[in-house]
Amino acid sequence: MSAPARAPGAPAAGRWPSTLPEAPGVELAGLTLAERILSVKAGRRVRAGEVAVVPVDQVMMVDSIAPSALSIVEDELGGVIQHPERVSVVIDHVAPASNVQVATTQKRLRAVARDKGLRLFDVGRGICHQVLMEEGLARPGWVVVGSDSHSTTYGAVTAFGTGMGATDIALAMVAGRTWLKVPETVRVRLSGERRSGVAAKDVALEIVRRLTADGATYASIEILGAGGFGPGERMTLANLAVEAGAKVGLVAPDDALRERYEVAPWLVVDEDADVSREVEIDLGEVGPVVSVPFQVDNVHPVGEHLGVHVDQVFVGTCTNGRLEDLHDVVRVLAGRPVADGTRLLVIPASSRVLQDALADGTVAALVAAGASVGVPGCGPCMGRHMGVLAPGEVCVSTSNRNFMGRMGSPDAEIYLASPAVAAASAAAGVLAMPEEAVGA
Amino acid sequence: MSAGTSGAERWNRAWRFGDAVNTDDILPGKYAPLMVGEDVFHRYAFAHLRPEFAEQVRPGDLLVGGRNWGLGSSREYAPQALKLLGVGAIVARSFARIHFRNLLNLGIPAITAPELVDALEDGDEVRLELADERLLRRTRDGGEQALPLPPVPDFLREVLQEGSVLAFYRRHGRFPGEDRPSPADPAG
Repeated sequence: MSAPARAPGAPAAGRWPSTLPEAPGVELAGLTLAERILSVKAGRRVRAGEVAVVPVDQVMMVDSIAPSALSIVEDELGGVIQHPERVSVVIDHVAPASNVQVATTQKRLRAVARDKGLRLFDVGRGICHQVLMEEGLARPGWVVVGSDSHSTTYGAVTAFGTGMGATDIALAMVAGRTWLKVPETVRVRLSGERRSGVAAKDVALEIVRRLTADGATYASIEILGAGGFGPGERMTLANLAVEAGAKVGLVAPDDALRERYEVAPWLVVDEDADVSREVEIDLGEVGPVVSVPFQVDNVHPVGEHLGVHVDQVFVGTCTNGRLEDLHDVVRVLAGRPVADGTRLLVIPASSRVLQDALADGTVAALVAAGASVGVPGCGPCMGRHMGVLAPGEVCVSTSNRNFMGRMGSPDAEIYLASPAVAAASAAAGVLAMPEEAVGA
Repeated sequence: MSAGTSGAERWNRAWRFGDAVNTDDILPGKYAPLMVGEDVFHRYAFAHLRPEFAEQVRPGDLLVGGRNWGLGSSREYAPQALKLLGVGAIVARSFARIHFRNLLNLGIPAITAPELVDALEDGDEVRLELADERLLRRTRDGGEQALPLPPVPDFLREVLQEGSVLAFYRRHGRFPGEDRPSPADPAG
């Protein structure tokens, strides 16, 4: 029914067209990617530290924030949304509804979305960031504001994607624009080749470890040298930028991006631009890592934590719920069942991922191994439904936050890891290294 | 302790927290308004980190945080919970970005001031005098110590004068710092 292994962000045929001007209209020499995008959008040359007011190409809101954002629009801002065609509502955080209250809120949300002419992605379509990428609703050079902190994910295609709260989202819908302090830039330069068994997740966590959880606060992380990373892997890199405090995580445009998107010629890295910090990461030095409770930047080699008993393994989320992640799980399981005393929960990031995983036998292999495969959405990532943790339980999760109480009980523990490490741990029942990565 | 003195001047309590207090600490996701109701979610503020907080906090109290206060989620209902509980201001060594914007939008003063953080202890009696750019702290002998607040950037001052970004936009039809007509929209 659906072709397998379709890259996220790829249209059915050809490339997503650009909506940006070919000529920037302002002098961009010496500017970072973030400054370039905001300068073109603001119609004047802006530098880090200035406040720019820019038109917004896409506003995204999820079920947990959309009701309050829409109430603010209605009650405090006159009710008129300037460009309803540029607003997406995604029901993913509690999907399907877990109780009558949630169901009632979502029922109202659907009605308002229909009434206002907003684009609605309902229960089961998938996680907001994955869905917007699949639908071409984030493109190179666009400004995308989302009511979810992991809106940095759109940086995978060099879109200025950033998270905001309900009030900012409401204002962006009504004004059609938003205010942004132009961020300083932290440049992360990747070099060398990844070793076998080392995932984009390991590299993303290594970036967070190097920068620390507040090392890029308010900043743009400009990621160079991601040529060896596929479309989904770039989403993983950009997704975790916010865990270093960043406003955006912009993966530098390259030929691989230009194969899938028309990219305005001015959207390029300027090596002479002023950056506040530059970090070099030799990919050959990065091994499989885990982020140990309760902070994302508490990153250590998997080898230091082998043998920790694991009650639940969760593969999914906007960080690692794509087809290639599910493939990693099946490959590492290699026909082995999930260990007694351990649960493996797999939640595809979108209905398209699920279709592709059904079509190529991935889902069958997961179920045969003893996995539970869930409805595309956020799953238990933020502890609301479908797999919350009991006191004392340990979860290895491919998600992006291991804060205390994040997935349920404050006395549970979350280790963040790649899908490969998650799968190895599911088979072993303890935190384990995938065989393919031994020696990496 | 925090209810004020016999005089006309009211004292508030300082609640001291550590570094990296995240939005799941401030309001765990499972207690989101969507999950438990608009009318009660604020009662779960700091439910895991400091369970006595929501019961004991009094309007006007001051939260004192370390580095990277408010990292994590964009959930505006985390600061909204603090607003409903009447939190007067937050002083921290540094703030996470999205949370800072949310505080600004809700009109909760977010003051970046490491020297104030150093000076304050949990349970201190304090009084914030924003107009005079100072924080008063009651000393053990019943005296008062005046601690200066850092200068407020123009952008923030403009916003705080109107109460919030929303109030500013409603009144002026533009954003703070937007000193020119709306830019052309290249997205077309």
